[in-house]
Amino acid sequence: MLSRTAENLYWLARYIERAETNARLLEVAARNALLPDTGGGMRNEWESILLASGTKQLFDEKYGEPVQRNVETHMFFDRDNPSSVASCIHQARENGRIVRTALTTQVWEALNAASTDMNELARQERSRLSTSDMKDFALRHMAQIRGAILGNQLRNDGYDFMNIGHFLERADSTARILDVKYYVLLPSVAMIGSGLDNYQWRTVLHAMNAQRAFAWVYGGEVTASKIVDFLVLNKQSPRSLISSAAGVEEHLERLARLYGRPSGATAKGRELSARLAQMNVNDIFDQGLHDFLQGHLRDVFDLGGEITASYLSGEAR
Amino acid sequence: MPQTFNEMYQDGQVRAPYAGLERWANEMPDELRGLKQSEAEALFRRIGITFAVYGEGGNPDRLIPFDMFPRVFAADEWAKLERGIKQRARALNAFLADVYDRGEIVRAGRIPAHLVYRNDAFEIAATGFTPPQGVFSHVVGIDLVRVGPDEFYVLEDNCRTPSGVSYMLENREIMMRMFPSLFQQKRIAPVETYPQVLKRTFDSVAPKKCEGQPRVVVLTPGHFNSAYYEHSFLADMMGVELVEGGDLFVEGDFCWMRTTEGPKKVDVIYRRIDDAFLDPLCFRSDSMLGVPGLMNVYRSGGVTICSAPGAGVADDKAIYTFVPEMVRFYLGEEPILKNVPTWQCAKDDDRRYVLENLAELVVKEVHGSGGYGMLVGPKASRDDIELFRAKIEENPDNYIAQPTLALSACPTFVEEGVAPRHVDLRPYCLVGQDVTLVPGGLTRVALTEGSLVVNSSQGGGVKDTWVLAGE
Repeated sequence: MLSRTAENLYWLARYIERAETNARLLEVAARNALLPDTGGGMRNEWESILLASGTKQLFDEKYGEPVQRNVETHMFFDRDNPSSVASCIHQARENGRIVRTALTTQVWEALNAASTDMNELARQERSRLSTSDMKDFALRHMAQIRGAILGNQLRNDGYDFMNIGHFLERADSTARILDVKYYVLLPSVAMIGSGLDNYQWRTVLHAMNAQRAFAWVYGGEVTASKIVDFLVLNKQSPRSLISSAAGVEEHLERLARLYGRPSGATAKGRELSARLAQMNVNDIFDQGLHDFLQGHLRDVFDLGGEITASYLSGEAR
Repeated sequence: MPQTFNEMYQDGQVRAPYAGLERWANEMPDELRGLKQSEAEALFRRIGITFAVYGEGGNPDRLIPFDMFPRVFAADEWAKLERGIKQRARALNAFLADVYDRGEIVRAGRIPAHLVYRNDAFEIAATGFTPPQGVFSHVVGIDLVRVGPDEFYVLEDNCRTPSGVSYMLENREIMMRMFPSLFQQKRIAPVETYPQVLKRTFDSVAPKKCEGQPRVVVLTPGHFNSAYYEHSFLADMMGVELVEGGDLFVEGDFCWMRTTEGPKKVDVIYRRIDDAFLDPLCFRSDSMLGVPGLMNVYRSGGVTICSAPGAGVADDKAIYTFVPEMVRFYLGEEPILKNVPTWQCAKDDDRRYVLENLAELVVKEVHGSGGYGMLVGPKASRDDIELFRAKIEENPDNYIAQPTLALSACPTFVEEGVAPRHVDLRPYCLVGQDVTLVPGGLTRVALTEGSLVVNSSQGGGVKDTWVLAGE
């Protein structure tokens, strides 16, 4: 397959997942903001998601004060923010248009519909749009696109590149959503374990639509370590770091078999999976959740670089 | 203006090829018509078929209006057209092979040397090399108009990369989907084989050094190009890769494409970019669309470029006048299709005639396209005519003139019902080892009443073109 085609498929999938992440981040902030103000003036939930999404600087330059309306605009509608939901959707459609022939009609139509509906949504009166509406919009469309990909794409190397993009972005995004907790609570270690703390943890689950799954797996009590275990190390959890890493690894292995030779990316993919498999939740808290997550994000970034070098840059020999 | 030939009626009777269609159109209730029309539009949008026809530019996301009333040819009408089109495509290719070789037609004094060798489209880099099968122009689009039951004129030839063929295919798909019963009633020759025939044509011109099954690619300037949909559609239908310049590179004596599994050799390039952009080492050095070193590979028989660099010299408006001469010179036959009589404003006698008869003539820029920079005398205001008089006097070389042709009119759905509108026709003739013509083409229609300009940028639409199967 053309390297450029593979590259477009890979980024198409990454953008879809990124759009979903941003919508979920908004939901985290919105629910945290509903909490009664007992934190001693440390109400920085809106700022926290800017930090987690890595776009705080961009936001500050354009908007200044991180108030809800502005953060929502920035994270959802603003085309100047390359990772806003709108930017991601349009970018994914553009990637799709370039490789139109590598997509089934259903996938293309789902991409097209997301983009058209996004334009429609942007024209609606904002006061009538709740954060939940926005999240639902994004989740619904992304599910349609992903469903079309899973349902009827040809299982060739293009399918693998899409899945690699999907899982790699997910390995990145779950870490970012978890890291919001760090930014919200940063000022006070004493609050860990408090009622506020638990509420915020629950919010993370809520944003992942994972409360019930969590309950089934762990029973009633919500604690930080159970949630971290669920979202980092549990293989049953679809958004956990370990599941995402396994997804990347699986499709890299498929490629290696298909092409009859492993690449640098195959090796790096195996490493990431193996590293997570050896950990337990205490290791993570010993290291410090934030440090662990930042380290993980670096690993994901490096793996992305290796995938590009091995397959997407056109320099493969 | 002469009498307009109506494609559906003659002497008050419905002409045989249109039998049944008058009733079909008249009996269609208004609501159904509206419904079908929006269904067609939704289908076009869903497919994503949005582009402008060759050289017309325009918004890449714009839809060209589709008219549901088909344009129909009887089997015998088409048989004659087909002979004429193939004859012309062969002659044009013979001309190209000749002028890039010994130039016999020039030596014989049939075409003035300066029109060929000082032509902007004449490519020095193409001289002295004969491409596989001696073919330069593999897809020849010949623009035709009809003025009478048995009278056709060629408006112009397109020897480089004529576009619009995806419309021929999609228009048919949509008509079959919306009106299956029409296709049961009438025996309409299929056009859907076009992509396979196109692929076979490319396979037949594989370069000398190619061993085994040739790898064909479609080279596009990229997804911002107005015809990108067509490029990707054709690549898809042929089952070949759609590449951009950056996907290809030259190494050793071959051209390669960058894939996830390493370089793969490319044998035939169906390029949809202009000569000037093909190879920055040979043509425009600032081109980012092409492949450095490609011309060397081409000239050493490592890759075939379709159409061949330099093919444009055959479809130049100044050369056009001599195509009937080419048919006689190379094929020893009489031309089946007629040229429109053309006056060259560069010639004193011709210019004098043109300036005296501006109100009757159509004046065109030699290098213009898309219906811009054009004067339709009988429809023009006095001011427009004077404006063109001044333009011609200032730069006579830049203009040619032709009589105003009464383009035939085909029934077309309009607001008030069905009414005649002027149409033209672009069939796509394929030239490789064989010369092939799929029975059909792109019919463009001027949707504005009385208008003779069919270009989509100026209110033109498209129709499905039917050729009835023979007995």
